[in-house]
Amino acid sequence: MAHPLSALLAILLCLGACLGWLMLSGRVLDRLMPERAVLIRPWLFLAPAGLIVAFCLVWPLLNTVWLALHGPNGVGFVGFGNFRLLAGDARFPEAFRTTLLWLAVVPAAATGLGLAAAGLTDRLRGGGLVRPLIFLPMATGFVGAAVIWRLVYDYRGGGGLDEIGLLNALWTAAGGSARPWLTQAPLNTWALMAVLVWSQTGFAMVILAAALRTIPAETVEAAQLDGAGPLRIVLRIQAPQIGGAIALVWSALTLMVLKLFDLVQAMTNGQWGTQVLAGLMFDWMFGAQDSGRASAVALVLLVLAVPLLVLALHGVRREARQ
Amino acid sequence: MRRLAVALLTLLWLLPVAGLAVTSFRDREAAAETGWWRAPLPETRVTVFHPDPATGRHEAGAWVIEGTAPDTGEVRAFGLSSRAPAAFAVGTTARGRDGLALTVAADGAFRLTVPVLFDQAPRFFLATRAPARFTTANYARLIRAEGFGPAILASFALAVPATVLPLFLAAFAAHALVWIEFPGRALLVAGLVGLMALPLQPALVPLLRAQELLGIGRSFPGIWLAHTGFGLPLAIWVLRSFMRRLPREIVDCARLDGVSEARIFARITLPLCLPGLAGFAVFQFLWIWNDLFIASVFLGGAEIRVLPVWLREIMDSHGGEWEMLAAAAMLSMMVPLAVFLALHRVLLRGLPSGAAR
Repeated sequence: MAHPLSALLAILLCLGACLGWLMLSGRVLDRLMPERAVLIRPWLFLAPAGLIVAFCLVWPLLNTVWLALHGPNGVGFVGFGNFRLLAGDARFPEAFRTTLLWLAVVPAAATGLGLAAAGLTDRLRGGGLVRPLIFLPMATGFVGAAVIWRLVYDYRGGGGLDEIGLLNALWTAAGGSARPWLTQAPLNTWALMAVLVWSQTGFAMVILAAALRTIPAETVEAAQLDGAGPLRIVLRIQAPQIGGAIALVWSALTLMVLKLFDLVQAMTNGQWGTQVLAGLMFDWMFGAQDSGRASAVALVLLVLAVPLLVLALHGVRREARQ
Repeated sequence: MRRLAVALLTLLWLLPVAGLAVTSFRDREAAAETGWWRAPLPETRVTVFHPDPATGRHEAGAWVIEGTAPDTGEVRAFGLSSRAPAAFAVGTTARGRDGLALTVAADGAFRLTVPVLFDQAPRFFLATRAPARFTTANYARLIRAEGFGPAILASFALAVPATVLPLFLAAFAAHALVWIEFPGRALLVAGLVGLMALPLQPALVPLLRAQELLGIGRSFPGIWLAHTGFGLPLAIWVLRSFMRRLPREIVDCARLDGVSEARIFARITLPLCLPGLAGFAVFQFLWIWNDLFIASVFLGGAEIRVLPVWLREIMDSHGGEWEMLAAAAMLSMMVPLAVFLALHRVLLRGLPSGAAR
């Protein structure tokens, strides 16, 4: 029982400290230097969040660069030695290629399916019932999804035993012979990607459905009068009008793929050629206890995220100009 | 046409979850032998039966054993060898080698005739058809013997502070970013977006080392702090988007009346932001509850197991036992599913309002 109690205590303590900080520091500020108060007050509000972000994100990100240039445990400067080690280790190019494949397939597939689901359920009776169901995998989490899909992909090895995995049952019923979906490269990476698409389509659908709502209904009605089918309406009329939302979903999913670890770890443990960069980083940090190589992998991930960064900053600049 | 497509999509999304739910209530044999979709059907099972030679009596130059096989359901067929365990229909007489004869009735009553009776009477096979059985024993075992209780408590102790703290701190920061004008604000917003667009793995290793130096490594305060830091940029961004659509006049009027900024925050900003806070809180809670990565790093090696870590260990220790795995997964999904089903309106409304701008 100690954990929940200390958790409650921590919440109360932090909330109290923050409110107290605001009240007190505001009053002290007014007393000591009233003429500067306007300039300093916003920073009082920003200080708690700013300090924590600086400690948890900004400083560690900078530190990663330093660690990547040093040996295991941050001892001894090795320059680009860690990167040379990466290039020499067969596992790194493999994980790099796998991550690139994920980046190319999953955001596109989940956004496309999400758009289809949003368009299909838009202004449909019962659509309000369907959407939570498609969003449901968000609630099950990646480890839960891994159990669910390992059951779907289960393989008994032929040999007269009944296949208890749904996919193999359907596959054999359709005339194929049962296959080990999770241990055969490159098929297994596609099987894993299907799971991530399954779990993220709901997220894409929700955001895109909200964006579809902002489109004036006349454009859709005019297209319907002209005899356009539902797919055509989604692709030609609606999608171009919600370009911003599509870009947002796409980048959020790309970021999700860069962080991907839980799913692969729980489905295949990174074996059989399914390892991704984040998993490799974890292995080298906590398996091999080599913070240098782990940080070098982390930097590679950071570089892969640079296009997102540019896109996001571009969005901010446009917003500021408005 | 459109309805059909929607129905198909829904089916595709639900079927895997349905399989898990059904499997979690089956017993080990059933889960290992047949697919979950056959669970509600009565199942045919083959059992081997050894008649007791002590009950045999001598009758007309041969030994006869009569009796009833233990109740395993309606007998459909029987057989004399494991290769053909259901070769004979009930009511007929099977004749085997050495003058053996066997008759079995549908209720399990049998009559076995053999010329010589040894210490061990010949065994035979029964194909019985029993109604489907469902059990809650898997759940009972996980809760009683596999450490589910401590894991769910740890998950609550992790997820609740890690949801509340970043939201509260984010509300502070968003208040300043939206309602106070100051030099450097635009730059700060750009930095915020930059942090959101970066994967957080690079931060893990140095942060863990720093926490270990401070003495809060691999403990609850450490992981609360980590989740707070990682969640803050998105939380600030979502709340900022939400606040920008609130009427600005209220705050301006309060300032003109000489209300202090701290009071404006507590009396105006916080109550007005509640819908936005609630939507993001559900999202953040689900995310933290289900996270395995940060929990493995910041609680790795500690004696504390949160549910995803617990489930991951069950996956290793109960590899092929689908009924146990399924029940464990169902248990670890229970809270997020309940939260989601109860609050999906709040979540589905709150998520786009913050993100779509």
